[in-house]
Amino acid sequence: MNTREKVRVLVAKPGLDGHDRGAKVVARALRDAGFEVIYTGIRQTPEAIAEAAVQEDVDVVGLSILSGAHMALVPKVIRLLREKGMEDVLILVGGIIPDEDIPKLRALGVHGVFGPGTLTQDIVDFIWQALEERQTSATATE
Amino acid sequence: MRRHGASTTELITAAQGGDRRSLARLITLVENGGPTAERILQTLFPSTGRAHIVGVTGAPGTGKSTLVNAMAREYRNRGLTVGIIAIDPTSPFSGGALLGDRVRMRDLVGDEGVFIRSMATRGSLGGLARATDDVIQVLDAMGFDRILVETVGVGQAEVDIASSAHTVIVVEAPGLGDDIQAIKAGILEIADIFVVNKADREGAERTVMALQAMLGLGPRTVVHHGQTMRVEEPGGNTQGWTPPIIKTVATRGEGVPELVQAVEAHRAYLMETGELRQREEARVTHGLEQILREALVQRLVHRISPQALDQTVQRVLAREVDPYTAVEELLHLEEQGEPQAAR
Ligand SMILES: Nc1nc2c(ncn2[C@@H]2O[C@H](COP(=O)(O)OP(=O)(O)OP(=O)(O)O)[C@@H](O)[C@H]2O)c(=O)[nH]1
Ligand SMILES: [Mg+2]
Repeated sequence: MNTREKVRVLVAKPGLDGHDRGAKVVARALRDAGFEVIYTGIRQTPEAIAEAAVQEDVDVVGLSILSGAHMALVPKVIRLLREKGMEDVLILVGGIIPDEDIPKLRALGVHGVFGPGTLTQDIVDFIWQALEERQTSATATE
Repeated sequence: MRRHGASTTELITAAQGGDRRSLARLITLVENGGPTAERILQTLFPSTGRAHIVGVTGAPGTGKSTLVNAMAREYRNRGLTVGIIAIDPTSPFSGGALLGDRVRMRDLVGDEGVFIRSMATRGSLGGLARATDDVIQVLDAMGFDRILVETVGVGQAEVDIASSAHTVIVVEAPGLGDDIQAIKAGILEIADIFVVNKADREGAERTVMALQAMLGLGPRTVVHHGQTMRVEEPGGNTQGWTPPIIKTVATRGEGVPELVQAVEAHRAYLMETGELRQREEARVTHGLEQILREALVQRLVHRISPQALDQTVQRVLAREVDPYTAVEELLHLEEQGEPQAAR
């Protein structure tokens, strides 16, 4: 692996709620963990998020959703990402997600779900571990 | 961290056919440097040289991203395609970066004629990323008509952007402290166009007047950070071109058609006077020197054995030899030992 490569993460806020404090805290924590974080701001359409993920060639897409509309928004984002050829991107969802929705999101292709109490370090660790596993399985199948 | 299934040749073909995912991947590979980046740039080189490259620089928060967004829209109205590179600093502590310029460029999403890429400086100090010129080349080769480069809003961004861009826009805004002090010494030489953005705010007229005063007179002194500095060449870096001062309200698009018109006028001026060729020559020289320097360093460092280097470090530590003599000795050693072995 080239040591100059950086992990790129898109932090996006789909939906209509206007609070992005949490998303910004996570974005800064990820920067402080050494990631290149592309922050796109509030009220993003699924189309805008998927397109930004493509243009920025990110390894990870983090969606922050507080509005309760996650079951409507997440499938749209995932479908668009796949349509645009981003099948292998790691997808994380943060925000207020009821327990019963977590398995549903997982089934849709979300890799990690993080509730309001999550420590940012846990997100960082999760990303490193997931990318590492992916790296190993990729070399194994090559 | 990447699992690039497709070969670089396949990526190039797909990107040239309009596949944005492939273009994005090419940019990543080029940004990461090394032999793969070289191979891509070698392949793309014949297709480069068409785009007009516009640098947008200025202090943090003056509205550079908002302006780039509005300019891109204006170019799209004129039927031209636009590539955008937006640069933000890498944190020296973590190596990470928070790239937030896209927040102001949301109108452009979904337009196939626009491609936006955020870049971190990755340790480079000049306000551009080390690979900025290389990524410009990629967008140029993909046929984007205009490439807008937003620099980091601090440091010596202006110096670097001047050698990368054909037209440099310096953005000022009212309310950034004392008007004269806010206009950094050194920026007059490289600005082809001045923008006073946030013209809806109080004090915009004063900023315009401060700029006019600085541009209108002969060589004079400017106080900058309490130091008296001499500004060598007021009135811009070219004899025949007087940098216009354009007022804009980027958030509402006001003044932006005029700004784009000024960029196009500057472009026409560069072509008509042959100055474009001069600038290209400077750019090629700069680029070649950089590649040469890197190649030479690679080659030499490669040939000096870690043991020899370590021994030298120990001798310098013990004050047996000074660092300058030590380097001379190392280079000498390299010349004598196995000159053809490395090839
Ligand atoms: N009133 C007013 N505000 C503006 C104008 N242009 C930009 N802004 C606001 O100024 C703030 C900074 O704008 P940006 O475009 O992010 O500025 P920037 O120079 O790119 O900032 P950095 O990339 O952080 O250096 C935002 O809140 C904009 O909405 C303008 O013409 N008038
Ligand atoms: Mg900006």
